[in-house]
Amino acid sequence: MTRKVKELENLAQIQQDALRALADVVDIEALEAWRVTHLGRSSAVMAVFSSMGGMDKELRPLMGKEANEVRQALEAALEEKRQALEAVALKQALETEKLDITLPGRPVARGRLHPLTQVLRHINQIFSDMGFQVFPSPEVETDDYNFTYLNMPPYHPARDMWDTFYTKKEGILLRTHTSPGQIHLMRARAPEPIRAILPGATMRYEQLSTRSEIEFVQVEVLVIGKQVSFAEMKGTLDDFARCLFGDDARTRLRPSHFPFTEPSAELDVGCFVCDGVGCPVCKETGWLEILGCGMVHPVVLEYGGYDPAIYSGFAAGMGVDRSTLMRYRIDDIRHFRNNDVRFLRQF
Amino acid sequence: MKAPLTWLAEYVKIDDLDIESLAKVMTMVGLEVEEIRLVGLAMPSGEKHEFKYTGLSWPVDKFVVAQIDKVMPHPNADRLVLCRVNDGEQEFTVLTGAPNLFEYKGSGPLQPPLKVAYAREGAVLYDGHQPGRKLMTLKKMKIRNVESSSMICSEKELGISDEHEGVIILDEDAPTGMPLADYMGDAVFDVDTLPNMMRSASIWGMAREIAASLGRPLKAPETHVEMRGPSIEGRAAVEIQDPTLNPRFVLGLIEGVTLKPSPYQVRRRLNLAGMRPINNLVDATNYAMLELGNPLHAFDYDFLLNRAGGDAPTMITRRALPGETLTTLDGVTHQLNPEVELVTDTAGALSLAGVMGGEESEVNPDTVNVLVEGASWNFINIRKTISKLKINSEAAYRFSRGVHPALAKMGVQLALRYMLAWGGGQVAQGLVDNYPNPPDDPVVELSADWVNRNLGTEISAQEIADVLTRLDFTCKVDGDKITAHTPPHRLDIGQGLIGRADVLEEISRIYGYDKIPSRRLEQPLPPQIVDPGLVMQETLRDLLVNLGLQELVAYRMTSPEREARRYPAGYAIPTVEYIEIQNPITVERRVMRRSILATMLEILEYNSHLDRRLAFFEIGPIFLPVAGQELPYEKQMLSIGLTGARDLPYWAENDSVSMDFYDLKGIIDGLLAGLHVQEIAYRVAEHPSLHPGKTAEIMVAGNAIGIMGELHPLVKTNYELNEAPVYLAEIDLARLLEVAHSLFDVEAVPAYPPVLEDLAVVVDETVTAAEVEAVLWRGGGEALKKVQLFDIYHGQQVDPGKKSLAFSLTYLAPDRTLTDKEVHKLRQRIITLLDKELGAVLRS
Ligand SMILES: [Zn+2]
Repeated sequence: MTRKVKELENLAQIQQDALRALADVVDIEALEAWRVTHLGRSSAVMAVFSSMGGMDKELRPLMGKEANEVRQALEAALEEKRQALEAVALKQALETEKLDITLPGRPVARGRLHPLTQVLRHINQIFSDMGFQVFPSPEVETDDYNFTYLNMPPYHPARDMWDTFYTKKEGILLRTHTSPGQIHLMRARAPEPIRAILPGATMRYEQLSTRSEIEFVQVEVLVIGKQVSFAEMKGTLDDFARCLFGDDARTRLRPSHFPFTEPSAELDVGCFVCDGVGCPVCKETGWLEILGCGMVHPVVLEYGGYDPAIYSGFAAGMGVDRSTLMRYRIDDIRHFRNNDVRFLRQF
Repeated sequence: MKAPLTWLAEYVKIDDLDIESLAKVMTMVGLEVEEIRLVGLAMPSGEKHEFKYTGLSWPVDKFVVAQIDKVMPHPNADRLVLCRVNDGEQEFTVLTGAPNLFEYKGSGPLQPPLKVAYAREGAVLYDGHQPGRKLMTLKKMKIRNVESSSMICSEKELGISDEHEGVIILDEDAPTGMPLADYMGDAVFDVDTLPNMMRSASIWGMAREIAASLGRPLKAPETHVEMRGPSIEGRAAVEIQDPTLNPRFVLGLIEGVTLKPSPYQVRRRLNLAGMRPINNLVDATNYAMLELGNPLHAFDYDFLLNRAGGDAPTMITRRALPGETLTTLDGVTHQLNPEVELVTDTAGALSLAGVMGGEESEVNPDTVNVLVEGASWNFINIRKTISKLKINSEAAYRFSRGVHPALAKMGVQLALRYMLAWGGGQVAQGLVDNYPNPPDDPVVELSADWVNRNLGTEISAQEIADVLTRLDFTCKVDGDKITAHTPPHRLDIGQGLIGRADVLEEISRIYGYDKIPSRRLEQPLPPQIVDPGLVMQETLRDLLVNLGLQELVAYRMTSPEREARRYPAGYAIPTVEYIEIQNPITVERRVMRRSILATMLEILEYNSHLDRRLAFFEIGPIFLPVAGQELPYEKQMLSIGLTGARDLPYWAENDSVSMDFYDLKGIIDGLLAGLHVQEIAYRVAEHPSLHPGKTAEIMVAGNAIGIMGELHPLVKTNYELNEAPVYLAEIDLARLLEVAHSLFDVEAVPAYPPVLEDLAVVVDETVTAAEVEAVLWRGGGEALKKVQLFDIYHGQQVDPGKKSLAFSLTYLAPDRTLTDKEVHKLRQRIITLLDKELGAVLRS
């Protein structure tokens, strides 16, 4: 019995010593050292386990149980201490690890589409949603495609409306508009109906200035079918204008003249800058001219391979550069082809 | 054309419309008002104006008609006079330096008094002494001890013209005391005349469109002229040699006329319409032209008599003879050719038909007898003449766009009427009217059903006829059918189908575009045909943007010299054919480009000092002439340009490295991977613009699709670029799109873990990484899934002339976990192959 008591007292002492030592532990390193000392292979409590082989048989279970309890108590105390120390460490870390969140972020070299492409895509998207498809056409053209087939025979007064770059080759010029593409498209599709857009670069002989360019991007719209009406042109272009400029965009069709359409019109949209009151963007008129349009002229239909007695259609053409200028209130059209990074990186 | 409001008002009732509403009516009927210049009238009320207004208003309390009763010398200034002025309310003494008043100095009370435009203290007007149009306010001031606070105005001060030589002297009947704006206030509509509406390049023509739009009657010009002189018969004759060039020629004669300035109101209107007043005879022809649209010409009749040796002159219209010359009244001598139509007499050329008169036969200060010509000409021929002779005039502007011959006679009558009214004399009885080629005014037949189908409207046949009648068409309605006769003042209506389209435009324009309904397309969707190239091009743009590149849009026009900069000095530049522009805007842009790299280099140069990292791409055509083909091949190209720092500036890393060859290659790899291109290889290549040791051809399935490399150091000196090397790539878009795949196989995500292994091999310096990789792939067989080069080593641990390449290899089997034994076997196979094919050894 004495022996039993002594052993038990010894265990109690071990526990007491260990817990006292634990109370003095102040950091994780010291805690690890404590663990090695008091729970490690050569610790006092472990020594009790290894010495049990030499004990009385009847004493062994009791001692085993008691020793286990001490070890578990020490382990629990260790865990509690560890959590406490970690909480302190975390608290300290959170208090000291403060970033200057105003420092600039690490920049990523981002690519961008040219603003003209961005606006062109927007326009393409709107027409594409209405079932229009894209058709490419050449930039260097024959006089016939650029003028004659568009109802402007040589010396026709309307040719004055386009200041043309001619090449040194007789009858070959730089297209002044995307309209020659109408003929290419009609000849490719006749007699099937057409609902298409033709975007592309066009060239005009102009003195370069803040408002005029020698090269610019246009989009041509063409619809051909049996019984396509002016009312449908109006509806389609109204829808387009609302998609491009917003639901409450006001539009008006104003009589105009293009030799390849008749009747012809300009589509004006209420100035979105000043809301119609008048500003420099709309030249104080409250209206922005966004595209020219009209019913395809019978002569053009004939050149395209459609019988004007059966087929009709409408066409429209708009300047992407001009739309982009208006949209972003850009002061100089030449920015587009100067490709100054200080301009481009804003888009 | 510039149209003064008061003039339009003589032909159509518009006094119930304000300026803004009238301009709106004009614009919506096709007379686009670009600007409204106020010349006295007040700005219309309301905040919203749809037009640009310029000019000056004359408030009724500040500007009045006044009379000068007496002009007195200034006691101590020779160049000033004192005027006794009555403004209808009070008498003042007004100081002025107007030279045109000096002749009245000291001549006692004037009878009749001089009527002038008078501005009171506080009036705002243009400063006559300053260039341009600068506003000033009249204030009390003392000039040479005479107090002055009001002013007798010049045209410049009132904004009528730039004339400031003297003050305006109004017509005698101007009522003293009447507000000046009421007497002659005006507004000028600057109208952009459409090419098919040349009939409205006149006051009467515009008034017709306004009247039609408003549904109001149009007054006809008063062409009746008292003819009290001896008959013109036998005193002038006309001979037309080619009626297709000269459908009509009319002559009238006025004798004993006095040459002098026109009445002030006439001069004022001419000024507002943009024509300079000359004298009453020339003004009469110009005034009649502006009013009717038919240009007219006045000859000195005695000069013509003289040339005919005293006989009656015969006006002959004919083509010029080879070598014939004529000096026009602008002093220019023209070398003529048989394309040019002339008005001549028996002694020779008198004027360029329809374009400009000759110097000699003009009205001159001694003219008392005037022969007035009104003719019509073939517009195509006039166009050829003005483009050939590089000449233009108000007459040519109209004749080159077509003027109906019916107007020629009215024009002569109107001009004679004005000459008589403004210069006296007697008009000879009758006219010489030679009219061999009257135009065939088209008769257009259409049905209401056809109109409604085309417009999407529901207008009755009678309504359609009414609309056309407002434009002076003569219409017959028979059930649904309308027969419309074109009125004899317009040449823009065609025959048959075209005529129908022309008339449809007239119906819709006058009916009103705003009244036509708005509907969505009713036709079913046409066959859907997609251009896969265009779709792929957009995918490509997105990919390049994702790879960090900025897109460019660049000029197509350039010069051969600009493109030659891409070659090193001393390089034998091949002679190539360009698409050359006949009328370039500048020699710098006189051909269509053949090199997209030259464009890229220019844009890199432009930006070289603007950013430390430049990374661009452009997609666009180059233009290659093709023998035996009308049009050039527009070859679509992609270019990429890189230079400068790899990373954007960042506060934590101060020394960024410059981009190199492999940055460019990485972009191209990424681009090809993004398009799912297979069988890619890079081959050592040469290119005149690129560094010979740092150039690669981009190969796909054995075909070159483009080239890439570092800009040749010698070429780099041709451009103002920074120190950092420049990397360029040029890819043939058609070839790239041919090998791109929008459909591709997707491999299953592996179900078993991979085995990773590193392998470092030592090879000769001349062996390329691609060669080693090829052996790895062959040795590894199907189980080898990935080869990644992660280190290249030169130095002490390998022999000189050798290098070590370290690869990370990934092995994987789809159906099981590979065993160490299997991997070991593959490794041995690789090592054996490396040794056999490349003499490579494992690095220990
Ligand atoms: Zn605005």
